Amino acid sequence: MKATAWMGADSVKVIDVPDPTIMNARDAIVKISTTAICGSDLHLYHGYIPAMRRGDILGHEFMGEVVEVGPQVRNLKPGDRVVVPFPIACGHCSSCQRGLYSVCENSNPNAGIAEKVMGHSPAGIFGYSHLLGGYAGGQAEYARVPFADVGPLKVPDDIPDDQAVLLADVFPTGYMGAEMCDIRPGQVIAVWGAGPVGLLAAASARLLGAERVIVIDRFPYRLRLAEEHAGAETINYDEADVLDTLNEMTAGRGPDACIDAVGLEGHHGNAALYAYDRAKQATRTETERPFALREAILACRSGGVVSVVGAYGGVVDKFPMGAFMNRSLIMRTGQCHVQRYTRPLLERIQRGEIDPSFIVSHRLPLRDAPKGYKIFQKKQDDCTKVLLTV
Amino acid sequence: MNRVDDVLLPELDGPVPATLPRALGLVSLALGVGALAAPRSLARLTGVDDSPGAQEVIPAVGARELVHAVGLLTGRRPAGWAWTRVAGDALDLTLLSRAMADSRGERRRRVALTTAAVAGIAALDTAVAIAAGRARRARARVIRMEIAVTVNRSPAEAYRFWRDMENLPTFMAHLESVRADDLRRSHWVARGPAGRHVEWDAEIIDDQPNRSITWRSLPGTRVANSGRVRFVPAPGDRGTEVRVHLRYAPPAGALGRAVAKLFGEEPEQQVRDDLRRFKQVLEAGEVVRSEGSPNGISVRQQAMQRPAQPLPASRR
Repeated sequence: MKATAWMGADSVKVIDVPDPTIMNARDAIVKISTTAICGSDLHLYHGYIPAMRRGDILGHEFMGEVVEVGPQVRNLKPGDRVVVPFPIACGHCSSCQRGLYSVCENSNPNAGIAEKVMGHSPAGIFGYSHLLGGYAGGQAEYARVPFADVGPLKVPDDIPDDQAVLLADVFPTGYMGAEMCDIRPGQVIAVWGAGPVGLLAAASARLLGAERVIVIDRFPYRLRLAEEHAGAETINYDEADVLDTLNEMTAGRGPDACIDAVGLEGHHGNAALYAYDRAKQATRTETERPFALREAILACRSGGVVSVVGAYGGVVDKFPMGAFMNRSLIMRTGQCHVQRYTRPLLERIQRGEIDPSFIVSHRLPLRDAPKGYKIFQKKQDDCTKVLLTV
Repeated sequence: MNRVDDVLLPELDGPVPATLPRALGLVSLALGVGALAAPRSLARLTGVDDSPGAQEVIPAVGARELVHAVGLLTGRRPAGWAWTRVAGDALDLTLLSRAMADSRGERRRRVALTTAAVAGIAALDTAVAIAAGRARRARARVIRMEIAVTVNRSPAEAYRFWRDMENLPTFMAHLESVRADDLRRSHWVARGPAGRHVEWDAEIIDDQPNRSITWRSLPGTRVANSGRVRFVPAPGDRGTEVRVHLRYAPPAGALGRAVAKLFGEEPEQQVRDDLRRFKQVLEAGEVVRSEGSPNGISVRQQAMQRPAQPLPASRR
């Protein structure tokens, strides 16, 4: 089969690899119809995530048709059309039973390595380094799906791939970012990042009843999407001071909750600050460029919530702990527990409450995956989200 | 009984075997006294009575034997003193070979007999010294560990799976097989590097259903080991804390190196991974595998990461 393989920093190739096979009794094999490139795939692309090996198959957002199931999978059968959550979760450990699927205690076969880096191991993730399990990803013609009796959601025929594939990651992730804010009527929510997750977090915040949503980014075309599809006000941080503008917009209070939908490869309007973190990251003395996180903490109203769904990998430098502690802030974080959200969000799509596919800007055939990575990386051609059709 | 150190392993917990070194001490004593009290008779008996210098050498040898005897009979480490006997034997053999060259007829025959006897004693001395030293070093090498995992299953379920010893290889990476001979005894085969095997017999010495299992290797094994696993209800209705205590002494030499490799550079990490797989089997129903670590429970799985692409059947 054809598959998109990581070949080293800034290099992906579509190569021929053997088809996946059932390795465990709860596996299924899915013939992929649509897969997507995620913003966090760019962290792999740029080489910021350790424990990748040349030839690893990328991709953790995918959907398709079940073609084979292991003997223990009774809820799926060949022919079912499914979308597959990106965290691999066994469904039976304490974490899964509490709905914390992205910290499943059993799905990372390389948990010993992850523990050394993170203290405890999170769940395995498709196509996301050997630290997180060494699972083959879904930017391919076929994928093996472990614990297929827990994760995959059957998708009705009238929901197009463009909407359904977003249930694998970005829509639930954005939604969880908003849900963690405990939004109440009258609240103002600020979102850093107008990528797919930020845009869907903003739209979800509106869905959950936020009075005002403010989106912060530097690309006018992405800010336009936030205004048009999420009813958001916007701040371009290349043009305005974010903290001043937010204070002004909220009459000095600050946003009630701040969502960091940026993660470890942030940018900052201040050239000196950017150079500082870029240099520390390049010399591996910190692994992140946490501009959005720092700014979200400083901007948030006292007693408010900082909700982090942007991906971080390691150690953050200059974390404003003084502001965080003295102003009674709450931080909530997590890789999305996708399995929790797929069905309720599918129902919201079916009821017409939201159409997440407004974020999709490009549809390319799988063989053009390298081109997709390039235009997404460089934000060429007003790129927000690349879907790959197989 | 919570500490695995309470479990006696004859190889490790008995006194360092001192019976043989002490017996050698008695032999030295007898020889030493004999040589000093009746040097002439001893010279005749051994056939060196006409060798030049024999009258002076025999009391000296006797005095030396008394030194061995004191060390072997009263020393704190008779194993070390056994080596002084080996050195003494070498000296005696040298002296005897010179006496043999000088002697003829009946005397020569006696010297030859004496030489054979001393050579036999030298072999015995060497064997005793090696065995005593090995036991002492094994004790110094003992590895102890206590590792625990929380499993989202009842103590009864965890106990039941573990109590069937033949289940152990499903999650213990270095085990090839465990055969239960009866309810208490079992035969273990561990997979070593380069196709080598390490085998031992073990017995369950304490079995408290749903609470704990204690086992130890049977006397005579090259890899003395003992262990206890306890199944403690986890607080807050979170299943069972499975707490494993292990103690083992890898032998010296090539076998010891093989055993050390079995458990990897970090034996604790190996056991931790074993327990993680025990949790996987009980909770998720099987050992979880990924394309990047297709060998499942292989010892090398973590060190030898592979690209995640599915491997062709020939390389699986």
